[in-house]
Amino acid sequence: MVEDKPKLVVVGNGMASVRFLEELMARAHGYDITVVGQEPEPAYNRVLLSSCLAGDIEKEDMQLRGREWYHAQKIDLKTGETVTSFDPEIRTLTLASGASLPYDQLVIATGSRPICLPLPGAELEGVVTFRDLKDLAVLHTVKAGAPVVVIGGGLLGLEAAAGLAGHGADVTVVHLMDKLMERQLDAPAAKLLKTSLEEKNINVELLAQSDYLRAAPGTDKVEALVLKDGRALPAALVIMAVGIQPNCDLAKAAGLTVDRGIEVNDQMQTSMPGIYAVGECAQHRGTCYGLVEPAYQQVKVLAAHLTNKAASYGGTYLATNLKVNSVSVFSAGQFEETAQTEAVSYTDPKAGTYRKLLIEREALVGAVLIGDTQDGIWYRNLIQSGEKISSMRTDLIFGETLANLKGDRGEQNA
Amino acid sequence: MPDGSGLPEKSVKTACPYCGVGCGVRMAMQSDMSWKANGDENHPSNFGRLCSKGSALGETLDLKGRLLDPVLDGKNVEWPVALDAAADRLSAIRKEHGPDAIAVYLSGQLLTEDYYVANKFMKGFVGSANVDTNSRLCMSSSVAGHKKAFGADTVPGAYEDLDRADLVILTGSNAAWCHPVLFQRIQKARAERGMRLVVIDPRETETSKEADLHLPIAPGKDTLLFSALLKALSQSGALDQQYVETHTLGYATALARAVELAPSMDRVCEETRLRLPDVKTFIRWFIETEKVVTCYSQGVNQSAQGTDKVNAILNCHLATNRIGREGMGPFSLTGQPNAMGGREVGGLANQLAAHMEFQPESVDRVRRFWNAPHIATTPGLKAIDLFDAIDRGEIKALWVMGTNPAVSLPDADRVRRAMKKLELLIVSENMASTDSMDNAHIRLPAAAWGEKAGTVTNSERRISRQRSFLSLPGRVKPDWWAVSQVAQRMGYAEAFSYASPAEIFREHAELSGFENAGSRDFDISAYASCSDQAYEALDPFQWPAPGGLIRTHGECSTQTHRFFAEGKFYTPSGKANFIAPARPELSVDLSVTYPLLLNTGRIRDQWHTMTRSGKSPRLGRHKEEPFLDINTADARKFHLTQGELATVESPHGQAVLRVNLTDAQTPGDVFAPIHWTGQNASAGRIGALLASHVDPFSGQPEAKAAPVSVKPFQAAFYGFVMSTASLDMTNCAYWAKVQLQDTIGYRFALTSYNGKGANKWMSDLLGVSGTELIQSTDKSNGVFRAAHLIDDRLQAVAYLSPQNDLPSWSWLETLFAKDKLEVLDRRYILAGRSIDGAQDPGPTVCACYGVGRNTLIDAICKKGLITTQALGEQLKAGTNCGSCLPELRSLIGGHDKTAKAKAS
Repeated sequence: MVEDKPKLVVVGNGMASVRFLEELMARAHGYDITVVGQEPEPAYNRVLLSSCLAGDIEKEDMQLRGREWYHAQKIDLKTGETVTSFDPEIRTLTLASGASLPYDQLVIATGSRPICLPLPGAELEGVVTFRDLKDLAVLHTVKAGAPVVVIGGGLLGLEAAAGLAGHGADVTVVHLMDKLMERQLDAPAAKLLKTSLEEKNINVELLAQSDYLRAAPGTDKVEALVLKDGRALPAALVIMAVGIQPNCDLAKAAGLTVDRGIEVNDQMQTSMPGIYAVGECAQHRGTCYGLVEPAYQQVKVLAAHLTNKAASYGGTYLATNLKVNSVSVFSAGQFEETAQTEAVSYTDPKAGTYRKLLIEREALVGAVLIGDTQDGIWYRNLIQSGEKISSMRTDLIFGETLANLKGDRGEQNA
Repeated sequence: MPDGSGLPEKSVKTACPYCGVGCGVRMAMQSDMSWKANGDENHPSNFGRLCSKGSALGETLDLKGRLLDPVLDGKNVEWPVALDAAADRLSAIRKEHGPDAIAVYLSGQLLTEDYYVANKFMKGFVGSANVDTNSRLCMSSSVAGHKKAFGADTVPGAYEDLDRADLVILTGSNAAWCHPVLFQRIQKARAERGMRLVVIDPRETETSKEADLHLPIAPGKDTLLFSALLKALSQSGALDQQYVETHTLGYATALARAVELAPSMDRVCEETRLRLPDVKTFIRWFIETEKVVTCYSQGVNQSAQGTDKVNAILNCHLATNRIGREGMGPFSLTGQPNAMGGREVGGLANQLAAHMEFQPESVDRVRRFWNAPHIATTPGLKAIDLFDAIDRGEIKALWVMGTNPAVSLPDADRVRRAMKKLELLIVSENMASTDSMDNAHIRLPAAAWGEKAGTVTNSERRISRQRSFLSLPGRVKPDWWAVSQVAQRMGYAEAFSYASPAEIFREHAELSGFENAGSRDFDISAYASCSDQAYEALDPFQWPAPGGLIRTHGECSTQTHRFFAEGKFYTPSGKANFIAPARPELSVDLSVTYPLLLNTGRIRDQWHTMTRSGKSPRLGRHKEEPFLDINTADARKFHLTQGELATVESPHGQAVLRVNLTDAQTPGDVFAPIHWTGQNASAGRIGALLASHVDPFSGQPEAKAAPVSVKPFQAAFYGFVMSTASLDMTNCAYWAKVQLQDTIGYRFALTSYNGKGANKWMSDLLGVSGTELIQSTDKSNGVFRAAHLIDDRLQAVAYLSPQNDLPSWSWLETLFAKDKLEVLDRRYILAGRSIDGAQDPGPTVCACYGVGRNTLIDAICKKGLITTQALGEQLKAGTNCGSCLPELRSLIGGHDKTAKAKAS
């Protein structure tokens, strides 16, 4: 009877993949499951790469589920395997080894890959990205005090920079835009973040256009990043962290509808029946998420859907939570004022604290926090719920504890 | 100072500088060298009790804001320079324009010795009787009423009568707040002996709430009620026919007028707004009760018909011979600590000296006594007329001592303008800046309470020593010294060679007995030769104390002296006069433009213009701002909202006050306190609203019935600042200032912030650049907040909102006390409240122990403490001075569920 079980294949073994499996295992599913992962190890917590680099945690701490778990769950885990193509007509995958793998339901969780800038010299030794354990191993070779350049002042770049600084490197962040994390922060927040990073000995070069990577004379090893303005920033290592790109070549080749990512509906279904996409490779309602939390919400919906439970994913308000050498940054929802939004802000320059909330039609639509981010999740939830905040508007900026405190806010005079 | 033993043990007996009760105070130096005020158990006026203000005296002794140097034409100078200038300029003005171009305006806060010297200087040597005093605004209708009825300004009874009476009537008196210690004494007698208390007052007050019967009379109609009473007495057994015939004149005429004014009870009720059963009860109680004391205060005096009101009351006591006998009599409660002393020396324009007026024989007598050939021979100008004469340019030189006419006189804006016309304005003051000093040419730093030494007389004719326990700060000098020095420089060295207050007191005592022989009530000549040591040790004594009775320290009479039980009035006939009062009518009627009647008065925890009481944070928290009490229905009609601001206007001026809705206020009447000045509020000077309508006999202006209009003050923003430094608030359309524990608190309102961004406006106000501030901004809602810290220590906070929904001060005050703010403090400063669940105690009710309204309500509702005793045991509230006991009782009444259920 075992042969009669529908075959479920998951392409990709990253954070979305393993969480999907956990969600599915928690249900009565009845599938015969195979997972194909490209990396040699079972899925690990990629978010912790930077902490591991900084020496805050050990490599083992990053592991999510060991092989024995897959075994116990009767999941066929194939690591170090690459799917080269699949044919939706005959519902069959082809692996790099040449083997084919039939499926009834296919889940694509191929994630994304770092964007490599096509700079002259990008191929030099010592020019890397920061995405996986392989990259980590390279970065671990950096000696204390060695100059390192991180290209990209967004979330990825700053995480890498933090990890490297923690590891002891002399880090310079090179950013094309006039402010850090321009996709999450408004100008005052970005400025405060820059100041805080600089106080922690991370150099920041804004409006810095990379020109090319220079090799040490007579070697193919990188020596410096040369900027368009002619300045050469010495670099024993250059990390490109300018963004990620969804891995959707496979899907595209198979004829699925692909924009930036693989287009999915609220049940994570792609344009073809029986094929689903979750995580960073998926594009839902026009958005490709680069964070783990939307992926977790997506796989929960998918697990329900695949076990015949009605479920629907409505999208996730972007929330960015970053901790760079004890400088905390949080951003959720909108961060720039528009004609429709009302801003409430709080600044304590000496304490390095900045908070800005954006309110639209009496509901919270955005929050940017620097320094003290303990209320980030509460704000994010308020943004997501869309509930009216008028009654606590005066206290909102001071956080959940105060806003939920009973008692009179005002005082009657005389 | 400490005696070297290392233990401070200095304790000085003195008298309180506030109201006319005249309590004895023991100032004791504490181990930290601060001073603590305790009641003097041996003082017969208070037997150890003190009110909230008196208890806080130790907190008011700092030198902040004091005038410490003589100032001549804006420059600090040495005393001789200032004194020479004063003498030269006064002499020149007298030479050119005559003596009546000079005036002095004195104060019930002056000591008798200061008063005596100033009066002697003007009337005896400058040669003008243009000497008036703020007592004109306070007591002069009582003086006039006493003189018309008794032939002298005599208070017949004593406080002891309040212990012994079976019925006490308080009319025009909120004694629970204004004479708290006497009120406690009345309450004690009620508790012990079942004495009844009737309160006649248009307002419901903390006094009336305690009464057995409250008659909420229409403003100004007291005379009708007492006419109805006289009429009823005439037909009752309470009438003492024999006393009336033997010792009085004019009974028939006065009775006929009473009948005319009160033709029927219905008419009386209609005009007084009183209920018939209440009036009947009042009359019945008065007829039935022989031991009755009628106390009256500013509600009676501060009226354009105040003298008639006084006489209508005196008529009833004369008709029943309930005067000068134990537990009986009319009793004027004076407002100021030494209004009586001022009257004794003759510090009013229509008096000469020592209860003598301007009859030729009196003038001659005083001329000889003082050896003053150029003595004034006719009365001078009373306060209102005096400032009118300044306005007309007839008076060129004015010397103001210890008072603030630009605040306290009616039509105060006009007074302020008039004072600018003076060629010479000399101000003798404790404070460096008051509303009356703006244009002063010469400012003389005067000794304050605690620094000066002399005597004061309280409401029951009891003379007590005010003793100094502080050294004179800076170049401060007592007023008697400054006046004497000017007089000496004007050529009167011999008459003003005083070396000490004792010497002045002896002369004053001697004059009181000079050619007296019982012809004048005021006689303390027993003290005419008291030694310096005896003066220093002087125990409180009641006058009269005529010579011949040898009195030295320790042997003074403790027997209570009363007047007039056996007649012996000071009229030429020796008989008292019944007075037929005029029909009571308000000097100005209400109109469509000015449809509300403004009543004014004091509040429990402040005194006059707050120069002293305003220094105490405990006292400041009872009422933080100038306010307007208004009935809920009126507020609705005029679109006023609780806690917001109102503009109050009269034909004379304008005030901006915080609205307080209260059904204690009868519809049609509003009330505002008198204490705020240009120094502590933008527009809180109530005097500016009042017309200068005066009583025809006393010249006392009406202060309790001014027609006004009210409308919402159109505030675009409400805000407050708490700052360790004093701030310039002149950019705020409305502001009021209060001293807090470690900071100054300012509440303010703006009509705009002048085009600048609010953040900029706030940083300008605080005088700190924006980058130094913690700020929160909700621009769309108009909510702006800022805090300034230096090295984690809080310097200032500011809050701005278009709604009147600002946070309480209580928690913020605790942050200012910290040397270093904790992380959570810092995080929530701009929220204005802590997250540790500490309750906001609310506005202070018990000033002595700093117990707030919210704390008390909590104790009543949640802990079931529904008696004042229980609240006292748990929270100490009301256990010291007892001034807040009426408020505690009304809080219990309003919040205890069982009490509520019973009431309904």
